[in-house]
Amino acid sequence: MAAVRCVDLCKTYHQGGEDIHALDHLSIDIETGGFVCLSSPSGGGKTTLLNAIGGLDRPDSGEVYIADQRIDNLSKGELAELRLHNIGFVFQAYNLIPVLTARENIEFVMQVQGVASKDRKPRALAILEEVGLAGLSDRRPAEMSGGQQQRVAVARAIVSKPALVLADEPTANLDSKTADELMELFTELNSTHGSTFVIATHDERVMQYARRLVRMLDGRIVDDIAQHAT
Amino acid sequence: MRTLSVLWMLAYRNLWRNHRRTIIMLAAIAIGVWAMIIMIAMMRGMVEEMLRDGIETLPGHVQAHHPDYMDDPSISNLIPVSDAELTTIMQQAGVSVWASRVKVPAVVTSERESRGVMLLGIDPESERGLTFVDYDKVEGRFLDGVDDSGIVIGRKLADKLETGLGKRIVIMSQNPDNEIADRGFRVVGLFDANMDAIEEGFVFIGKQTAQTLLGVPGMVTEVFALGDDYRNVDALVAKMSVLQDSGILVQPWQDVDTYLGAMVGMMDGFVLVWIVVIFLALSFGLVNTLVMAVFERVREIGLMLALGMKPSSILGQIILESLLLLAIGLAIGNVLAWATIKPLESGIDVSAVAEGMQMMGVSSTLYPKLTMEDVVLTNVVVLVLGFFASLSPAWRASRYEPVEAITKV
Repeated sequence: MAAVRCVDLCKTYHQGGEDIHALDHLSIDIETGGFVCLSSPSGGGKTTLLNAIGGLDRPDSGEVYIADQRIDNLSKGELAELRLHNIGFVFQAYNLIPVLTARENIEFVMQVQGVASKDRKPRALAILEEVGLAGLSDRRPAEMSGGQQQRVAVARAIVSKPALVLADEPTANLDSKTADELMELFTELNSTHGSTFVIATHDERVMQYARRLVRMLDGRIVDDIAQHAT
Repeated sequence: MRTLSVLWMLAYRNLWRNHRRTIIMLAAIAIGVWAMIIMIAMMRGMVEEMLRDGIETLPGHVQAHHPDYMDDPSISNLIPVSDAELTTIMQQAGVSVWASRVKVPAVVTSERESRGVMLLGIDPESERGLTFVDYDKVEGRFLDGVDDSGIVIGRKLADKLETGLGKRIVIMSQNPDNEIADRGFRVVGLFDANMDAIEEGFVFIGKQTAQTLLGVPGMVTEVFALGDDYRNVDALVAKMSVLQDSGILVQPWQDVDTYLGAMVGMMDGFVLVWIVVIFLALSFGLVNTLVMAVFERVREIGLMLALGMKPSSILGQIILESLLLLAIGLAIGNVLAWATIKPLESGIDVSAVAEGMQMMGVSSTLYPKLTMEDVVLTNVVVLVLGFFASLSPAWRASRYEPVEAITKV
């Protein structure tokens, strides 16, 4: 069973009187437990594909399946429920809720899921330790560095053990050392938690960590190669 | 339900995110609520005063008359049972605080002036404490009994008639045969009242003296009774309804003086209008605060939606934030209003504008009245209207598309 299956996806944006084909009859299967990088130049369609897989955006046509469940025809509420229980997100920036501490940010998803308070706190603290942020649980985002914030976002994305983790340019605002540390964390979590990781990036260093690299251009897959991750 | 705890936490923390804006808004709400409650307390106190004076002047919570008396308050329209029979009926009905009187229009004449007044023939003992006259504060003396030959008039009337204590005046009215009934009385007492109109409009003589003067021995024109609370007179009306068997009309005070009765309903309407008007002014600030709060948090709201929070929860979060803001503002406003009104409950001297107030039947001292019902009404109306005012920004926030909101610059 594929973790993600996209069939003949099309998505066109109209900008300045011009049609931009962000997804152009794109089809892809992503295996369960995979560690996949989607790479393209800006406007190549990787973020659009990621959003379609995450149920954040609907394709104009085509079908999207998560664990064999078709999601492109779900309602807003059903998509929210799907994201809540099945998908972890790491965005480029503004990943955390400013008024919550690191631990509370991690607990946020569990709270919305309805996990009891006594179960949430130990899980959040354990995952904070796993991402190397033990001791920073009571800090608010403004009191943490960009790398630390991204680690909290990663911890939040995986704390509920989702089947799929989607990351959109997670290293874009990080220096190279912090970016490497984050990617190492991703690969480690991928192997220990077994979640499928799909990362959209145009950073060559990030691509080196992927076991599968999918290159896109103008909404189409132009290269799909398996590789030995560093 | 499962997200309620996180919604509360987010609402509370977001509220204090922009301290200055929140404090300004809280101050506006608190002052608005304070103004609402203060104004309502003043108006309520004024109306209470009007009602109290009005009921003392009527007097009583329930009155009984000949069915035609209200249209023609003359001696022809006597209560068709004797005073002695009335006593028996009222005792059997279980009415304890009551009195009967002769009340007819008359003309009072001094050697210089004459005035139209309402002549009251009363039993001073049975009416003690039930009417607007405080016997102990009467200059001279009040009536000694039902057969007292003196007359007690208001100070203002004495001034108008250019008469005074110990002087004689003449009362002229009609007997049931429409013949002139007149007699001279010596002024034995001058009473003071809250309003000039009362001092000018009423004169007191003994009940038996009045009956003799008007040729209606043992008969009266009015029975009145007092209950515990003027707001709830149904039980008293029910007790006195036995009089209807004798062809007597029994009416609560609201029917006897429809103007006074209408005041209560008008006051309730005014209270609601006042609350709504102030809230409308407040709502601009509230909505603006919420719109700004939502506008500043577009990406954050997009993030929460992306993470799986339902639009309804976003809606709930913004509404909770609004209600929390209102609740804190209400609490401060309530305390401020209470702290302002409590020291003023002993009365505010409004004599500077008393002439105008007297025209409305209000005395020169205003007693603000803070009632729990009014406070609860104010709070509930503000919360309910606040809920509706916050719906628009909350709805807008919940309609964001996560993918667009996250990338909003």
